[in-house]
Amino acid sequence: MKLLKSGRWITLVGFALLAAVYVRALAFTPVERTQGMAQKIFYLHLPAAIWTEGAMILVGVASIFFLFLKDQRIDRFAEATAEVGLVFGMLVLTTGPIWGKPIWGTWWTWDARLTLTLLLFLMYVGYLLLRGAVTDPGLRARYAAVLGICGMCLVPFVHLSVYMFRTLHPQPIVIKPSAPSLPGEMLATLGFSFLVFTVLGVGFVIQRYGLSLLRDEAEPHA
Amino acid sequence: MWRHAWRLARKDLLIEFRSRTAILSAVVFTVLVLMVFNFGRDPTAVAAVDLAPSILWVTFTFAAMLALNRAFQLELENQALDGLLLAPVSRSSIYLGKLIANLVFVGTVEAVGLPLFALFFNVRITPVLGPLVVVIALATIGFVAVGTLFSAMTGRTRFAELLLPVLLLPFMLPPLIWAVLATAALLAGRPLSEATGWLRLLAAFDIVFVTLAFVLFPATVSE
Repeated sequence: MKLLKSGRWITLVGFALLAAVYVRALAFTPVERTQGMAQKIFYLHLPAAIWTEGAMILVGVASIFFLFLKDQRIDRFAEATAEVGLVFGMLVLTTGPIWGKPIWGTWWTWDARLTLTLLLFLMYVGYLLLRGAVTDPGLRARYAAVLGICGMCLVPFVHLSVYMFRTLHPQPIVIKPSAPSLPGEMLATLGFSFLVFTVLGVGFVIQRYGLSLLRDEAEPHA
Repeated sequence: MWRHAWRLARKDLLIEFRSRTAILSAVVFTVLVLMVFNFGRDPTAVAAVDLAPSILWVTFTFAAMLALNRAFQLELENQALDGLLLAPVSRSSIYLGKLIANLVFVGTVEAVGLPLFALFFNVRITPVLGPLVVVIALATIGFVAVGTLFSAMTGRTRFAELLLPVLLLPFMLPPLIWAVLATAALLAGRPLSEATGWLRLLAAFDIVFVTLAFVLFPATVSE
């Protein structure tokens, strides 16, 4: 219960800070010249996208540790992280088309980065479906770990194909070999937003973790 | 280890050969999918050769899925899997055995499917047969390696037949993309050098996922 409560507090703080991100992005960050106001969604889109991919890596790393240590807590953490990854993935897949319609003139294209996000989203769905389909808790944890590790190993392959396709998607401007090419104020807003998303992610994971503890207490055999 | 794996694969293939139901159904299924494709396109609007790589790969994907679903189903009857686990063979050789048996199974279906595909859609595959077979082999090893691992897990869950495709298709997608691109380059008569990049990616995928599945498989069966 204590975990659940602290998770809730962290999430609340995250939401309050998210409001601050909006204020900063809308009022104190310059408007992008060609894209206009539509570009503002970028401050939500990119941090969510980074954590969608990051969560898959966390799930994979946690899964490796689980297979060695067989600690139930690690499995619980992986489950909670996958659920949060799913939510962030959904956020990316919603904000993307909202931006894409005015800028590209289409809601969706089969661009490599869009494909990667959709694939990650479907992998999270598959991961959670597999967890739902196995009744034995020990077996469920091991199966999920195997899938989690495979999922993590798939990410670099999909990432690799991203750079081999010609693409409509804006090229990376922050995380790339050379220095970030974003103006300072925008970069600051982005960094702030990224931190806020991290806080939100931590809050969500702690809540889901606490919830799964409660669920096991309520129905020990499920 | 190889000896045990080979024995296991032979056992599976022998069962398959004696009954022949699964392989026949898979082959007939392949023929039917090819037929469905023929009627699923407008022949006056889309030339067969433009659609050929997709037809080939969608057909092979479905056929592989069908074959993989069956791999561990076989062991569930009469708790055969428990017997297998009690036998003095390492878990990894069980995986290798299953992998070999599945590869032979899927390979046979593909060997029947490829000429039929060429026949039905009037695609000239003979000039590029060698490289095409390499593409098919590399892509098949990739899917079957992951699929064998996953089918060991989904086989023991509820709604296994549905869960396997849902888990496996995201993993089939990258090799599928590369295989389709390589096949398209080959069928269009482009120089071989255009396809080698995709071939390299396919080979890298195979190496990573065969190793990974080999290492992870024991975790899916240990009691």
